[in-house]
Order: sequence, then C-alpha cells, then structure tokens
Amino acid sequence: MAQKVTIVDYGAGNIFSVSRAVEHFGAEVVLSGDPAVIRHAERLILPGVGAFANGMQGLRERGLVEPVREYAASGRPFLGICLGMQMMVERSEEFGSHDGLGILPGKVTRIAGKDAHGTPMKIPHIGWNRLTMPERRATWKDTILEGLPVESGAYFVHSFSVVPAREEDRLADTWHGDYRVSAAIQRGNVSGCQFHPEKSGPIGLRIIGNFLESR
Amino acid sequence: MRNVRLIARLDIKGPNLIKGIHLEGLRKVGDPQAFARRYYEQGIDELIYMDIVASLYGRNSLKDIVSRTARDVFIPMTVGGGVRSVEDVRELLRAGADKVAINTAAVNRPALLTECSRAFGSQCIVLSIEAKRQGQGQGGEPRWEAFTDNGREHSGRSVVDWAREATELGAGEILLTSVDQEGTRKGFDVELVRAVTAVTDIPVIASGGLGAPQHLVDVCLRGGADAVAIADALHYNRLELAALREEARRAGVPVRAVPSSALVS
Repeated sequence: MAQKVTIVDYGAGNIFSVSRAVEHFGAEVVLSGDPAVIRHAERLILPGVGAFANGMQGLRERGLVEPVREYAASGRPFLGICLGMQMMVERSEEFGSHDGLGILPGKVTRIAGKDAHGTPMKIPHIGWNRLTMPERRATWKDTILEGLPVESGAYFVHSFSVVPAREEDRLADTWHGDYRVSAAIQRGNVSGCQFHPEKSGPIGLRIIGNFLESR
Repeated sequence: MRNVRLIARLDIKGPNLIKGIHLEGLRKVGDPQAFARRYYEQGIDELIYMDIVASLYGRNSLKDIVSRTARDVFIPMTVGGGVRSVEDVRELLRAGADKVAINTAAVNRPALLTECSRAFGSQCIVLSIEAKRQGQGQGGEPRWEAFTDNGREHSGRSVVDWAREATELGAGEILLTSVDQEGTRKGFDVELVRAVTAVTDIPVIASGGLGAPQHLVDVCLRGGADAVAIADALHYNRLELAALREEARRAGVPVRAVPSSALVS
C-alpha cells in the first residue's frame, strides 16, 4: 500500500473527506498547494467541487497548472475527482468557454437527458447511480475499478460532465435518463471519476484503495 | 424516475441526537455519531444533521459532530442549523459536510442563497423549508406558510412561492419539512410535496411523517419526492432499512440496490 498521497489544495472544498478516505488505508496525506511538492509527489489526487472556472482560477493563482501537467506526464498515479476529473480535459462550456489542463483530450458540457416519457431529467444529477462498462472496455482489471461488482452504485452530484474525445478513454459510464454520462475515465497513469468515491460507501473506499495500490 | 434517496435525518441539540413531535417536545435519543455510523453500516444513502437550536441561540455547535462523523462515515452529509453567511457554509464544508441547509438566514436575506451557490456551486446549497398548513386559498386549495426557528416564527411567505423563488436564486435542493406531520409517523403531507415539486425542477427531499413503507411510496409516486428523510422510524428501530428498500421496489419506487458487498463489513 502507498505510503504517501499528495492532495492538491487549491481552495476547493471537500478535502476533508478525501483525506479521511486515504487515511482509512493507513496512508499519509500531504495537503499541498506548493508547486514543488506537487511536482515531486509519489501519488497525486486532484479533488474538487464547484464551478470549473473557479477551480482553474484556484490552480492558476497558486502556479499549479504546469506542475500538475508535469506530474501527469511523469507516469506516476494520478486521480481526479469530480471537478478534478473535469479539469483534466481541454476545455469546459460551464458559464462560457474555459481552458482546462488538457491532460486528456475532451471537453466538459452540460448534461442533458430525458426519461422514458420524454420528460427532461432533473439537473443537477444527484444521487446514487450505477457504473456500467463502456463498449470499448473489456475489463476493469488493473484500473481503479478493479474488483468492483458490475453495476455498483456510486454517488454523483454534478450538472456538467466530461465528454472524452476518445471512446477508449472511457472507464465507466452511467445513465441520467437516456443521457450517457462519463462516470470515469482512464489512460495510462491518469484516472478520473465524476462520482465521489469518498462518498460512495464501501464501494468508493475500494476505489480509493485500488488507486493507492496502482502502479 | 431516478433512484429515490433514503436519507437518515438526525436532529441535534448540543451533543445529543434528539427527536420531537411537530419539532417540539424534544427527547434525547443518544449519541448522534453512533446512530450515523449504524445507518451507514446498514446502507443508508445520505445523512442529514440538523442543529435545531442553533438559530435560536446564535451558535453553531455542529462542526464537531460533523467532522467526527466524517472520519468513518463515507456517504454524503447535509448539515444545517444556524447557518448565516458564506463563511458559515465554508466552515461546515471544510468540516466534512457535502451540502449545507439554510432556512432562517435565507428567509431574512434571500440573496444569501445566490452568494453561497456562486461560491460553492448550487449542488451543495439546500434550502430548508419548515411548512405549516395555514387555511385555504380562494378556490379552497390548501396553503402552506414557511416558518423559521423550528416552526415557531412566521415568515409570511407562501411555501410554494418561496420554493419557486429560491430555485431561481440558486438553491440546489429543497429539504421540505411538514411541521404538521413531523414526529407523528402518520405519513407525509403528500399534497404539500406535490405542490412544491410542481413548481421547481430541483430535487425535493420530503421530511416529516414517515412511519410505514407505504408513506414512502405515496410521497414518491403521488408527491413526486426525489428523496425521503427518515428520523424516528429509524432511531427507534420501527423500520428496517433493507425491508423499506424492498417494499419500495415492490411498489414501483426505484431505490438503490445495495448488494451485500456494498455494505460495511
């Protein structure tokens, strides 16, 4: 199990729960907004709640955009959660158009979706929803979702979501009515979850545990 | 229809979990953290902590309970009671809350809802409405007034109008408590819930009155509730969560499937 996990502190809330989930496995949490610490992290989590532009602004003000990009390119394990996942892609359409970190190709758009009667689904998408295997994935082996029962429920709360440019970057999907939401993405060492593993009970803890064991 | 969320509501006074009837006549039930942990282990979807005296005495003693709970309970927590400012919201979020419920301060100054949703995202700002039936409209339709301070103080606002306005101001969810039904275990005020879900597109949590599984079915299917808050039916072991889920599903109310592998071992 990992010894030390660095969580990027850029002024976004909800760091407490993520820290606790990591500590649950006996790992040490380093909460940091220091570019040098981020660059040299062994294992990095980019958390986040709230608006995309505010999140990117928080990273920029602390000079963290380049360090986070460099870290992602280093090959060491990197997990983005919720807004943290969204910031990993190239841009977002939330309240205008904003540049993201551009670590993975894709964009963030407002979720839509209608139910079986054609009624628009409620936004934000709040609650427990099932993780399903995207068509282009055969298995969750060697990913953060390894060992999860198929169709596990995870806790979502968001109004925007990532549309990955490459189908093969989709790690899990979920459905908001007839709208396919990218629930998790992964390419190499970079993983992201739209849902909150730190709020998804024992299933979520397992995902955090998998991340701590990933290489 | 999306999965209906089952939420344990824990009303807090000082260090204790308490329960009353019509938000009055409070009795001590026990240590809130122990109850929260128990519901987590049984597979509850979310928790609500409500400090029901905070806005009377102008203090916020909840933070401790919240952060202690967040240490080993990994599901969403909504926290309310005595929240007056953007700074109060920030502190609760930092203590481990995921959403913050606001009643009195929003009634006094509705712009607070907008300020908080701009600062933290509307998904974590919950408007708490304490509703009481107050006579009838011209066509004989029921009317409800929003109250503050645990149903003690009139706000002069119509619940339906307030729900509509708060949605526009940026609230992300509504915790709708029927003071009339609260603590009675006689079922939700389904008409109230339906009147509110008809005018807002944000999720509505029905609170107050759950005593039997059929009450949950009624408020979801007829009232359009997105979530239900459960208090003394759980606190006093009157209902078992697994049985409640099963009965809801059988009646056509979708709820999260909780496989045994998703329970705390």
